[in-house]
Amino acid sequence: MRIRVSFWAEVIGGLLLPVITFSAGWVPVRARPEQPGTATAEVKIDNFSFSPQEITVSAGTTIIWTNRDDIPHTVVSDDKIFKSKVLDTDQQFSFTFAKPGTYPYFCSVHPKMTGKIVVN
Amino acid sequence: MSEKPKDEILYDHNHDGINRRGFLKCMAWAGTGTLCVMQGGVMKSFALNRVGDASTTAGELSFVQISDSHMGFNKPANPDVAATLQAAVDKINGLPVAPEFLLHTGDVSHLSRPEEFDAVDQILKSTRKETFFVPGEHDVLEDDGKQFLERYSKASNGGGWYSFDQKGVHFVGLVNVMNLKAGGLGTLGRDQLEWLERDVKHLKSSTPIVVFAHIPLWTVYPEWGWGTEDSAQALAYLKKFGSVSVLNGHIHQTMQKVEGNVTFHTAASTAFPQPQPGQASSPGPMKVPAEQLRSYLGITAVNYVRGQHALAVVDSKLG
Repeated sequence: MRIRVSFWAEVIGGLLLPVITFSAGWVPVRARPEQPGTATAEVKIDNFSFSPQEITVSAGTTIIWTNRDDIPHTVVSDDKIFKSKVLDTDQQFSFTFAKPGTYPYFCSVHPKMTGKIVVN
Repeated sequence: MSEKPKDEILYDHNHDGINRRGFLKCMAWAGTGTLCVMQGGVMKSFALNRVGDASTTAGELSFVQISDSHMGFNKPANPDVAATLQAAVDKINGLPVAPEFLLHTGDVSHLSRPEEFDAVDQILKSTRKETFFVPGEHDVLEDDGKQFLERYSKASNGGGWYSFDQKGVHFVGLVNVMNLKAGGLGTLGRDQLEWLERDVKHLKSSTPIVVFAHIPLWTVYPEWGWGTEDSAQALAYLKKFGSVSVLNGHIHQTMQKVEGNVTFHTAASTAFPQPQPGQASSPGPMKVPAEQLRSYLGITAVNYVRGQHALAVVDSKLG
């Protein structure tokens, strides 16, 4: 049974939808300093490196690391503030940085892999 | 089969009859199935099919090193690491000189999972030989390696390092994959170094020493973490010995280096190859055409003849 929606309902809905979603705060996954607490940022793990290797975000941002490499890696804070389980390909780890500061980290399996989160 | 052995001292710089460059030249042939044996200070080479002739090359001690089985790895570089480990075991079981035991220089598992260790144990069972293990970084991913040490360590200490003697040869298993520091290389740590000093202190300098550890104990390529930060201290404790052989894994390719009385040797993986230093952007698994995969994997057979200065080390490809 085909649901019949009027033509004008479709047009108006199509115009309103972006307005509704943007006003609700839906954005592509990207740091948004003007909305602390809901912001996320991504770090990709690939080819034995973290990218971006250094990233600056505002306090309250959640960083999501995703392993795209074909080898497992970990995310371990130099200062023992956070530590992931081992991440195989496509697995993720996230951590919310509530306090400003500089957070160097590395992969405990391949310690030459290092990265840094700078929190304003 | 009745080939005359070739005696050659090519360069005798130290006038001691020990021909290091000849040794290196011989080692370069090793990949094609040549056995290099030092008898009375003279390097002799034999085609591999002569090994086992008791009158000329019978070692008093033979063992095999395997490494980097990465059980649990299933990416394109090798979708079936169990099959290639089985091929390595078949090769071991077919050697003309049966090894007395095996050494596994780590990365037994890929993700430190119990079922991965179980699978390796199951495959190695058919050798009917004891295997002495040291961990790789893939074996100690969770719980600081407790699971690995409970399974495999012969150590009475908590660190997992240990030594044992076989037919007058002193074997030392070292652990250089724990407590790795950001930006660093492999590390032995003070406790282990102090143990090593005590362990070899009272041995006669004529005792042949075999050290086995996962990450190379010489600096192969620091950019990729292929080295051990504090290995110089370990080697200093071994300086007095006339014959030291260091057997490592981790880099998934064979490499050798001779430095004075120390011969360093890395084994191929039984799972997948990795690029040569600097030949790729990272040291990850190197994909090769499927029909060539086994030619990049291998085992290492070692013969020790009493009275010789160096162990005879032979790498064999899986296919």
